[in-house]
Amino acid sequence: MTLLEIKSLKMDFGAGADALRAVDGVSLAIGTGETVCLVGESGCGKSVTALSIARLVPTPPANYVGGEILLNGRDTLKMANGELQKIRGGVVSYVFQEPGASLNPVFRIGSQIKESLKLHQPGKATDAEVIRLLKLVGIPAPESRIRNYPFEMSGGMQQRVMIAMALASEPKLLVADEPTTALDVTIQAQILDLLRDLKQRLGMAILLITHNLGIVGDMADRVAVMYAGQIVELSPAKELLRRPLHPYTKALMASVPKLHGTADRLSAIPGNVPRIGNFPPGCRFAPRCPIAQPECSVAVPDLVEAEPGRWVRCPFWKTP
Amino acid sequence: MPNRLLTRLFWSVVTLLATAVLTFLLVNAVPGDVARSIAGSKASPEVLQQVREKYHLNDPMLVRLGHYLVQLARGDLGHSYVTDQSVSEAILTRFPTTAALCVTGLVMWMLAAVPLGVLMARFRGSWFDRTILVAATLSLSLPAFWLARMLQYWLAFRLGWFPVAGFRSFAHLLLPAATLAIISGGYYALLIQANMMEVLHAPYIAAARAKGVSETVILFRHALRNAFIPVVTVLGTDVAALLSGVIFTENVFALPGIGTLAVQSVFNLDVPMIMGTVLFSATLVVSVNLVVDLLYRWIDPRIKADY
Repeated sequence: MTLLEIKSLKMDFGAGADALRAVDGVSLAIGTGETVCLVGESGCGKSVTALSIARLVPTPPANYVGGEILLNGRDTLKMANGELQKIRGGVVSYVFQEPGASLNPVFRIGSQIKESLKLHQPGKATDAEVIRLLKLVGIPAPESRIRNYPFEMSGGMQQRVMIAMALASEPKLLVADEPTTALDVTIQAQILDLLRDLKQRLGMAILLITHNLGIVGDMADRVAVMYAGQIVELSPAKELLRRPLHPYTKALMASVPKLHGTADRLSAIPGNVPRIGNFPPGCRFAPRCPIAQPECSVAVPDLVEAEPGRWVRCPFWKTP
Repeated sequence: MPNRLLTRLFWSVVTLLATAVLTFLLVNAVPGDVARSIAGSKASPEVLQQVREKYHLNDPMLVRLGHYLVQLARGDLGHSYVTDQSVSEAILTRFPTTAALCVTGLVMWMLAAVPLGVLMARFRGSWFDRTILVAATLSLSLPAFWLARMLQYWLAFRLGWFPVAGFRSFAHLLLPAATLAIISGGYYALLIQANMMEVLHAPYIAAARAKGVSETVILFRHALRNAFIPVVTVLGTDVAALLSGVIFTENVFALPGIGTLAVQSVFNLDVPMIMGTVLFSATLVVSVNLVVDLLYRWIDPRIKADY
């Protein structure tokens, strides 16, 4: 069953002649209980796409110029503020990149979790429920921890608190925006294990945003690769990792350093990500693409179903 | 933490001692004959001589300072040269008036500055923001004595909305308190606005919004508490400014408080009374700063970890 359906979402920063297109026709569906990874480099539009689900990008400067975001069949782009506040943290919860900065420094963590409960599950806004949530995310001695301030916890523990807060309302969709980027490598694995475990126990869907292809295989059912405001490849995770179709995905995977690799140099994608508002005509990856043809710079290729369930925005995907 | 508190107390005492010494030297360096101001301008040389001997005015300055400090150490502020009233008694009878004025002023000033600052940050760039910005900048540059006189003339004398002067009811406090609130409130509105602007960009505000907290609660609970941390620091030092404002407003509105007492004693060259009012105000500033220090730790739990 489809939980979330983003349909050709178009979002600008600014309006009129100065408008910069940050998200350009993104379509993405997430089923109940499914984990989807949104992968791409910084500035490709993956975070604003994810924040748009609960309309969390401030307008202005953002300006939605097209498309719809159907959450349980209702368009969040058309919702009134009161309804949005119920959706936020209620149906869709967020976990952000820097747990230390995402927790309010002057409130005890117990009261911050309880605030979520009060907003979405008023009947369960008790210390006992807060302790149960902290236990659920693997925080030891939760009874004493509820009186801690955020600065009294490590980064990994803070992120667990953020996750507990996100789970307070039993959301249908958990959006995790680079949840492990700011953490130590060993802690990263713990947090990802926790997310996977919670997903199985609670049956919620996860939209995981990352620029790290390494964690895709462990987590995702499907992967969407974004480049310069567009989805360039959408595919089941295992197949994408085994055999990427889009030249950008291939380049991205080649640039992941391998522990037992024989290469002397790390392979990097030549050139830079085009700046927003300064996209090349035609295929946006063409200037950096090893297999680009003259026609690539004429028109933006469509996202086509190359194989069953596998979508790619490149007519030359068969080129090895 | 107890160590830290002891250090703070020690330095408070040093501050007060330094204030006492400096004020004593300063008051005695002022041109004017203390004996003449005690005995009256027509007193004969014999009388003046008697007065000088009675108050040890012929002793060297340092000896007199020593005597004064010893007397101070016994907790004795001495007696007025003019009325012979005990200085501590005079201060204690007048302090409630000043305290009532300060508290009323502080409450009015916070009630104005906090909502204005928060709303300015919320509606940044709107006509509301700009109007308050101009008004606040204007209020910053108003001298207290001028503002007090204007309010008194227009609102009390011409329009008759408030009592003109004296202190017989709470209503008598409103205009003097408003004077204090206006001269300090504008600055605080701007300060709160600036801090709010910064805090509203913090990730924890975005996170609060993402969990469904309403904008009003975000502003007044999540953001304000954080934006208030730097304000509390400034508040401690500004109590000194408040006391100087009190001197002007009390005199304009003829309130029988510490401010009028201080001005009278300066006119009379009433050295013990001058010393008393200055030391009392200094004690007040030092203790308020101590309280603010403790308050600061309550409002920002991270501070505790530093001790």
